[in-house]
Formats: sequence, C-alpha cells, structure tokens
Amino acid sequence: MTSMTSTDGQGVAVQLTGLRRTYGALNALDHFTLHIAPGELVALLGPSGCGKTTALRCLAGLEDPDSGRIEVGGRDITSVPTSRRDMGMVFQAYSLFPHMTARQNVEFGLQLRKRSTQERRTRAADMLDLVGLSDQADKYAHQMSGGQQQRVALARALAIEPQVLLLDEPLSALDAKVRTQLRDEIRRIQLTVGTTTLFVTHDQEEALAVADRVGVMRAGHLEQLAAPEELYARPTSEFVADFVGLTNRLPGTAVDGHADVLGGRVPLLDGSATSGEVMVLVRPEGIDIAADPAGDATVLSGSFLGAHGRVTAETAGGHHVVVQVPSSAVAAYPPGTRVRLTARGDRALAVRAE
Amino acid sequence: MVPFFAYTTVFLLIPTLVVVIGAFLSGGRPTLGNVRALTEPAVISATQHSVVLSAVTAVGGAVIGAVLAYAVSTARVDGVLRRFVASLCGVLAQFGGVALAFAFLASFGATGFLTTWLAKVGVDTGPGLWLYEWDKGLMLVYLYFQIPLMLIVFLPAVEGLRPQWREATETLGGSTWVYWRRVAAPILFPSFVGATLLLFTNAFSAYATAAALVSQGSPLLPLAIGNTLTSEVILGQENIGKAMALEMVVVVAVAMTLYAVLDRRSSKWLAP
Repeated sequence: MTSMTSTDGQGVAVQLTGLRRTYGALNALDHFTLHIAPGELVALLGPSGCGKTTALRCLAGLEDPDSGRIEVGGRDITSVPTSRRDMGMVFQAYSLFPHMTARQNVEFGLQLRKRSTQERRTRAADMLDLVGLSDQADKYAHQMSGGQQQRVALARALAIEPQVLLLDEPLSALDAKVRTQLRDEIRRIQLTVGTTTLFVTHDQEEALAVADRVGVMRAGHLEQLAAPEELYARPTSEFVADFVGLTNRLPGTAVDGHADVLGGRVPLLDGSATSGEVMVLVRPEGIDIAADPAGDATVLSGSFLGAHGRVTAETAGGHHVVVQVPSSAVAAYPPGTRVRLTARGDRALAVRAE
Repeated sequence: MVPFFAYTTVFLLIPTLVVVIGAFLSGGRPTLGNVRALTEPAVISATQHSVVLSAVTAVGGAVIGAVLAYAVSTARVDGVLRRFVASLCGVLAQFGGVALAFAFLASFGATGFLTTWLAKVGVDTGPGLWLYEWDKGLMLVYLYFQIPLMLIVFLPAVEGLRPQWREATETLGGSTWVYWRRVAAPILFPSFVGATLLLFTNAFSAYATAAALVSQGSPLLPLAIGNTLTSEVILGQENIGKAMALEMVVVVAVAMTLYAVLDRRSSKWLAP
C-alpha cells in the first residue's frame, strides 16, 4: 500500500459504506455509512453498545464486517489485514508495551518498517517532542502517569505516518483535568499533522470540543452527522437532542412552524411535529428566568458550575425545568423562590406528545 | 500476622537454624568435617542426580505447562472447561508421594495394567524396571505434578497479556509472529523463568514420591539425607545429613531469590 504521509497536511478520504456487523442477535452495525474528508477529524458519539467502537475496529481491520465496503484514499481495503492497513491507533488504556521504554515504543512501528537506526531515533525524538515528553523517553510505562502513557501511545501511532489515525476512547481512563488538557493537545497535534482521524468517545463534551464533525450513533447506525454547533443547535431527532447537551422536555402547542411553550413562542426546527399538542425540546440556555411572586414556577435547587450555573424549577404543571444562568445569579434564586419562566426565540425541536 | 510469624518461626526458621548449626557441629564441637563430606563421591553423585532430575522435569514441565496455560487462557473466563482444568490442576499439582507412586506402578509397573495389556497385544515393554530408575521413571512421575503446577503458576501471567498489545502490534504493521517474538515472549519471559525455578525447587525438595519408587540406594539428595537419619549402616551421621540439607537450603534459597527478582519485574509489567 502506498503510504501517504500525513505530516504534509494531505490526509486521505475514508469511506465506510453499508457496514453490517452482528454478534448473535445483536446488530452492532446496521448498514453504517460514513465519509471522512481528507484531514478531517470525525468523532463518533453514542451510548454504550451503539456500535461506535465496532465501526472503528472495522476500519482498523480488527473486526471483519459481515458486509459493506471500506475505502481509504479511494482504495478498497475491506479484506486487507490490519498489519497492512497503515493506520495508527490509540487505545483506551494500557496499550504501551511494558517491557519497552517510551522511545522504544515509538520506534517499534518504524523498526517493523526497516527504517535505519538514525531515522528511528530522529523520528521518535520528534514525536516525543510533539507530545511534550522528550524528557520521558527512557521511562517505562509503569513509571509514567496515565496521561503520559496516552501521549506516548499517540506519538507511537503518529510515528509511522499513518494514513488514518484511530482514537478509541483514548481519554476515558484519565482524570478530568488531564482529560481536558490531552483532549486539546490531540486536537492541536491532529491539526499540525493533518492526518484523517476517527475519534470514538461516549463523552459529548469531548466530541464537541475536538471534532470537525460529530456523528451521533444509535443502534448501529448514524443518527446525525454534523458540525458540533449544528448538532447542538439543530438536532434532527429527539435522540440526538436528548443525548447531546441538556434538554428540557416541555409540553406545548405547535402551530405553523412555531410552538407555544412556557409562555413564549419558539420557531421549530425541520423535522418537528408541526401541529397539535407536542413536547418541545428546549435547551437550558433557551429559557429566561425572573423572580416574580406571581410566577407559576418554584425554584427547587441551584448549582454553581464554574463559568455558569443552573437553576431547577418546578412548573405549576409539575414539570421540572433546568435553566442556565450566570454563575453570579444562582444565589438570587434560593429554593422556594417563585419565578416566571419564559422560552426564548431559539429554534427548538418538537416531537409528538405521547 | 502474629500466627503467620509464629508458624514460620516454628516450622521454617528454627528447623533451618538447627540445620545450619548442626552442619558445623560434630559431637558438640565445631567442625567443617560435615561440609567436607559433601565432596564425597556418593554425595556429589546424589547432588548431580537431583539437579539433573529437577532441571529436566522443571524445563519439561514448564514448556508443556506453558503451552497448556495458553490453551486454557483462550477458553472463556467463566467457562466450565477453564474452571474444571484449573481445579484439576490444583489437585494434580499436590498429588504426590506414595499415592502417585502407586498409581504409576499400577499402570506402568511390571504387572501394571498398561504393561499387561500391551503384552497381550504383542508389545513387549520389558521387565518394567525403568519405572524405578531416577533418570527414567522418576522423571515421568515428577512431570505428572510439575506440569499442572506450571499451569497454575503461569496462567496468571498468560492472562495478564493484554489484547491491546496484540492489536497495537498489528496496527503498527506486525504479524502474529512479530507479536509473539517481540512483545508477548519478552513480557512472559521473566514469569516463565521464575515459574521454571519454582518447579526446579519443587522437584529438588520432593522426597516422598522418590522414596516410594526408589528402593535401592540413595541416588537423590533428599533420599541421601533421609538415609543418614534412618539407616543403621550410617547411624550417627545425622550432622552430615544436616550439611546436605544445608546444601539443599542454599540451592533452594538461590533459586527462590532469583524467582522473587523475576516475579517483581513481571508483576510490574503484568499488573492489572
């Protein structure tokens, strides 16, 4: 296989078409189709068992699809063995070879490609420098933190200049702070080297933060594939709206592309139920809150979340509504406060009320 | 911890001290004569036989046991086969002594059922004396408990091999052969050598099975030590027996120290 180097910023296109993979009665992939543009980072997001890891493993060659076609750079690699697919992969955890130092781990793939000692050393040093671990080159896995180990794993995957970089929940075993740092680093490095990348995660914040496009998966197929902003602002299904971000499900009435809900009127997104009694899916930041002794909602609790806060209130109809407020405003709504809630004009999805 | 220390003091530390001190005493006076007696041809021969027997059954048991451990590791973790084999090996590894010797005599002895059956179908296996020789029958009998012991000791190491290592090797361009040669084998090597040393000490210190099968002479060190304590011919030479026991203690201590060093290294690599 001709290896296109990714360090020149020329990634290759990936096309998965109609992939099917079953485990007994379970459809892990159900006619799954995905296109990744050259140099693009696509994140697959979804709940456990939705098939996102199976899709990545099929692309890596670690799983054989029952049917479908996998193309990389226009070439059909469906039946090409893993070792000849030219892909770098970072696993969830514990994938470094424990009997090798960080440098030896990074050099391993280059050794298999019969690169000279000098070339291996230089490349390994460059890669370790790229992930900020030049000073850890002679450490073994058990002498490094989880975050450092994942950085080395990333360096090892990139050292072979893969056509495609596969990231299988690489941050899930790390603590929150390291996760955020490494997440940003992965994005920086991916933009630097320009390798086409598939990133699998169950963490929506992670997916929205790093990806050019996010694919939300459900029951083996893509529910929606879109840029993070679009996915958040214009979900095409109830599942996506529920899964990505926080959503209030509020009763309303749909009329002529609008819905009357929570004392306000909101335009509806395409795909919404267009008339009658509906449930409107409204984001916490799409609702205004104001203290009002005559209001028909009562504050239940408030929480400080750093940059912003959230207030949960109960409406007269018994619905719990989460409202996003500036963090400094949380204290203004102690439990028991009567408030008035109003849905703002942001577009929302409405589904038929059950 | 107190019961543990009390137990090891009474049954390990004090007997070892008795052996060490006794090895340098004769008639209550200090001497190097007992240790010097270790250079006598009969003792050297017994030592050599013990080392060869232990080494051969340790290496043979380790190789066969390691292959079996890998085979077992591929079975389902909570499957019946795996639990059955693990339980069976736990029993077989401890199945030594007179009962094991009798089992082999009943099968392979001069009038054993296999020997008799083979004779009936026209295969002459001779008088069956090979079973009583230290370098033939005893090796076979020792392998009977060495192989399951290896499986028990080595299985956790094989199970410690992470699937990610194989998959990482493949994605980096390596074949199955590369994975075993460059990744799995080096990772398992310290555990394998450590387990082999454990098997060596297991065979080196075994007494009952050899005593039950070998009735002529004392071709092995444990039998020679037993002989100094029980034989009327060499009665009064208990301290020479203690010197031989000291020799055994030293050999076992060296082997176990190496085992501990190797185990520490592999446990870092294979820690869950």
